[in-house]
Amino acid sequence: MRPRLDLPAWLFGSIAVGALFGLPFVISKANRIVPGVPVGLVDALGPGSVLRWWVLAVIGVTAVLTQRRWLRLVATGLLCVWFALALGHAAQLLTPPGNAVVRIAPGAGFWCAMASVALLGVDAAARLQLRALARLALLGLVMLVLWAALASGYFDHVSVVREYAVNADRFAHEFSRHLSLALGSVLAAVAVGLPMGLACQGRPWLRQAVLSTLSLVQTIPSIALYGMLMAPLAALAVTVPTLAQWGIGGIGYAPAVVALFLYALLPVVANTVLGLASVDPAVVDAARGMGLTDGKILTRIRWPLALPTIVTGVRVVLVQNMGLAAIAALIGGGGLGTFIFQGIGQTAIDLVLLGALPTVALALAAGVVLDALVEWLDRRRPA
Amino acid sequence: MKASGVIRVGVWGLLIAFLLKPQVFAPAFAPLTQHDAPAIYDQGDLATLAWAHLGLVLTATSLSALLAIGLAILVSRGPGRAFLPMSRSLVGIGQTFPPVAVLAIAVPLVGFGIKPTLIALVAYGLLPIFENSLTGLSQVPASVLEAADGAGMSPIQRLWSVELPLARPLMIEGLRQTLVISVGTATLGSTVASQGLGEVIIAGLLSDNSAFVLQGGLITGLMAILLHDAVGLIAQRWQRPVQ
Repeated sequence: MRPRLDLPAWLFGSIAVGALFGLPFVISKANRIVPGVPVGLVDALGPGSVLRWWVLAVIGVTAVLTQRRWLRLVATGLLCVWFALALGHAAQLLTPPGNAVVRIAPGAGFWCAMASVALLGVDAAARLQLRALARLALLGLVMLVLWAALASGYFDHVSVVREYAVNADRFAHEFSRHLSLALGSVLAAVAVGLPMGLACQGRPWLRQAVLSTLSLVQTIPSIALYGMLMAPLAALAVTVPTLAQWGIGGIGYAPAVVALFLYALLPVVANTVLGLASVDPAVVDAARGMGLTDGKILTRIRWPLALPTIVTGVRVVLVQNMGLAAIAALIGGGGLGTFIFQGIGQTAIDLVLLGALPTVALALAAGVVLDALVEWLDRRRPA
Repeated sequence: MKASGVIRVGVWGLLIAFLLKPQVFAPAFAPLTQHDAPAIYDQGDLATLAWAHLGLVLTATSLSALLAIGLAILVSRGPGRAFLPMSRSLVGIGQTFPPVAVLAIAVPLVGFGIKPTLIALVAYGLLPIFENSLTGLSQVPASVLEAADGAGMSPIQRLWSVELPLARPLMIEGLRQTLVISVGTATLGSTVASQGLGEVIIAGLLSDNSAFVLQGGLITGLMAILLHDAVGLIAQRWQRPVQ
């Protein structure tokens, strides 16, 4: 291959350099809600060895110039580590000793540089065409590095980590609540949606009715759907006290999980119908010719062939519900949205980020895991 | 008039009647209220809120469409092609990004009000249109492009009178998806003090008044369905002379 100018690498490389040196790297705030003072990268890092700039330059130049995709992936990963270390160092340097009120927040320069470099890395990873297992391993590595970084204490002075330290107990609770909202609703949707999709098979009138009803549900804004379920569930809890004992009622977990379930139903049913319908009739005929019963044809032929399409539907739904679960907080359903909406209410940006960053991370991770699963199923599918 | 036409006119009539004379419908919502709470939203005019909501959605969707179609054209030709694989990864990541998170992250950048909502709507609306435009533009058969070149068309002529018309049905499908998503997502804007129908729903949630929640949800739901339908109708009319 003739070496030539890699335009995206140059463009995003330049954006990263511009952001690092042209935009504030960190924002220093006197407390968690006042607007802060922007600090550039050079001032934020303070005096120190010139070696760190050389490290940055060498990795950066490698990332932009290299033709090898795996080398670019490694270089962009190292660049992200460099930015993170710089942020942690700046936070330590700018926080007066013993002061627990000052907040050092990542600034626009940090975010833009991180985003453009991460984009280059994701692009390199995508072009490497890693296999499902390798992508999962990469995700695991990223999570491990993140966990180790946060556990090391190096980042304790960064604003979001401070906010976490204040809310640590609640965070664990809301995080698991968020997961249970998103996963529980998707599992329920799969349990109900698969039989529904099967029932629609070969009955066009039923398919039409089910799919158009479910697409109507999709047009209702999420906060309204949550709200609309509050009244019937409250009534249900009053008439059947046993349900109330299980925590089912007008506010909280129940309406949230039912709303998420309703949103999840359409893609699951639609993809089940699509997957089953896309099985070649000739294959089914051949199986019937070989003397297989309808039940065996379903479990041995139709099902394995339709599975990747169905799991693609589950992927859409899981990613979507990881995000939508954040809105459950508005009706007292808990989840990471609690921090987002409290933060918006208090104009405490660090608190907003404490809710928003894990939400985004969960959605992205769910996407990577389910993508890998779809690919694995696709490869196992008999040709 | 066909049955679908009658239903369409009926639904439009119902929505407009509800917005202009909501009190007429009060008896239908009254059973949902408790302790003599008002059955119809009384902290603002529903028609004004719906109008603001519609304006926000249409502005955001137009901006998204301009940006997304422009970008799709750029990455599908010339030196822009180098960005094609990357723009596909970007679309993939973008679709995993939750709309609440976009809104939450926009607030620290631009403050409260209509601005963060507009940013979140534009950013989130880009994806369906961009993806569909890109698919539409790249599905134009090479033989058609060669024929256009052979006929002596300049690249701009070719884009304008061959590629864009052929990609149009898919682009419009993306536009419809964006409209439906935006009408729903715009209700979230009310949590950051932007004017719209979300106010009605949130007021209902805060005062435990299901009637408010239901009417806010119904108006936005109807608005989404009618916009989706209207764009499809306009596209059909527009498509006819070409065929």
